Amino acid sequence: MSDEEDDIILSELDDEELVQQMFDDLYDGLKDEIMEAVNILLERGWAPYRVLTEALVGGMTIVGNDFRDGILFVPEVLLAANAMKGGMSILKPLLAETGAPRMGSMVIGTVKGDIHDIGKNLVAMMMEGAGFEVVDLGINNAVDAYLGAMAEHKPDILGMSALLTTTMPYMKVVIDTMKEQGIRDDYIVLVGGAPLNEEFGKAIGADAYCRDAAVAVETAKKFIARKHNQMAAG
Amino acid sequence: MTDALTRALAQRDWLLADGATGTNLFNMGLQSGDAPEFWNENEPDKIRALYRGAVDAGSDLFLTNSFGANASRLKLHDAGHRAYELSKLAAELGREIADASGREVIVAGSVGPTGEIMGAAGSLSHERAVEMFEETANGLKDGGADVLWVETISAPEEYMAAAEAFANAGMPWCGTMSFDTAGRTMMGMTSADMVKMVEGLPNPPIGFGANCGVGASDLLRTVLGFVAQGTERPIIAKGNAGIPKYHEGHIHYDGTPALMAEYALMARNSGARIIGGCCGTMPDHLSAMRAALETHEPGPRPTLEQITEALGGFSSESDGTDGEGPTRERKNKRRRTS
Repeated sequence: MSDEEDDIILSELDDEELVQQMFDDLYDGLKDEIMEAVNILLERGWAPYRVLTEALVGGMTIVGNDFRDGILFVPEVLLAANAMKGGMSILKPLLAETGAPRMGSMVIGTVKGDIHDIGKNLVAMMMEGAGFEVVDLGINNAVDAYLGAMAEHKPDILGMSALLTTTMPYMKVVIDTMKEQGIRDDYIVLVGGAPLNEEFGKAIGADAYCRDAAVAVETAKKFIARKHNQMAAG
Repeated sequence: MTDALTRALAQRDWLLADGATGTNLFNMGLQSGDAPEFWNENEPDKIRALYRGAVDAGSDLFLTNSFGANASRLKLHDAGHRAYELSKLAAELGREIADASGREVIVAGSVGPTGEIMGAAGSLSHERAVEMFEETANGLKDGGADVLWVETISAPEEYMAAAEAFANAGMPWCGTMSFDTAGRTMMGMTSADMVKMVEGLPNPPIGFGANCGVGASDLLRTVLGFVAQGTERPIIAKGNAGIPKYHEGHIHYDGTPALMAEYALMARNSGARIIGGCCGTMPDHLSAMRAALETHEPGPRPTLEQITEALGGFSSESDGTDGEGPTRERKNKRRRTS
């Protein structure tokens, strides 16, 4: 038992042990420890992209799986995501400098009339954790806010979230406007939120409904891969 | 003097609550994204019609149109300062309809979640949450609500903040949580933990329970989870009328009145005393539920198998109360040094 009581000195762990410890610390939402470990790996010569994918994304994948499986719930995931954000704050400028590969980009926001951003924040953080560039529009977005952000950032993906049955139909307003303007097929449209389901997503013309943040990341990766394949074939 | 709900529960074995607010208001022309609470002021006849729909269908109590009438939610519509007055209007219209019904109908002042996160992972403080809930509570009280009714709560911190606000307002209350994530609330609370929380409050509610969530089956499993804790406190069951489907610009719930009647009987047999619907539950559903509850004798408590046979499967294998849910083996959980 005394092993468990001993404090772990991160800098004394070898790379493999340190990454394992980071998985654990992400799981427990320990932000300071994650930031310390990211710095240690960088000092040891790890490329920022390797720190991101092997340590942070690796750890968040475990968190995401356990969230999906009903082992972890929102409070734990928020703390884990917050710890990851601490690590990302160090890596982000370095990733930009080193021109690391990007998974893709996403504009995301909660629809008009809806204040709820818990799920949306989780998706944004997990997407960042998976290497996507994310523009977060926050809550209460009217159709113009989505269109403006898409024109400005040219994302691969548009993500919309709603927690209320009174606000979820607004997603269709946004998609219908995109169709009218002839830009619907320029984007992958993913929707999510507690009252939604797959059938609803299909009915309003989204590409996919994502049950939770972990599924959102998997779905985004799948669509991005398909898009690349199509471009290669075309 | 006891309150109207306590009196009603002393006289009756079960009470029929109301159904959906949002679904009904959409059918009357509410636009997606708009705040329903403004209709208390601008479209009072439609709110009267909403309340009357429940009363005429046989509801013994109905919730006021004030779910989003708190400063945090109204802020979105530049009306963060109007929580008190919009809540008061909601209750006044309710009082009017209840008093005109010719029988005892209870006006329950609906209090919805703030939409913000409390606790270690969040930014909303306990003090601020209590303050917001109290503002809404005072509006509902001054508008004539018989009891306050906090609903669709996910976080225990928020439930407790509402309880404290209601104590400050000097009002009797009820409170339900939404169990929509693997049989627990979004924040991970199990049915068993909710009972422990409720029974530990300095001002416990008259009744407590579950609303909204996933489907009728899940909701009844939650009710059985409450009952298993041995609580004597009246249990509330307000489940959705099936699953939302999108049809020609409208959200439509696929649960039929017959299914909701079956659900109502099973809810009573499971141990619920205050039974109603949530999203998608229309006056037709309520009438069928009332008729079923009046014409059937209470039966034995259903098993989980009987629930899924009658109402469909559960959304998750475990609800976290049977010790059989998934877990993760942890090797060396780090000790927090601070």
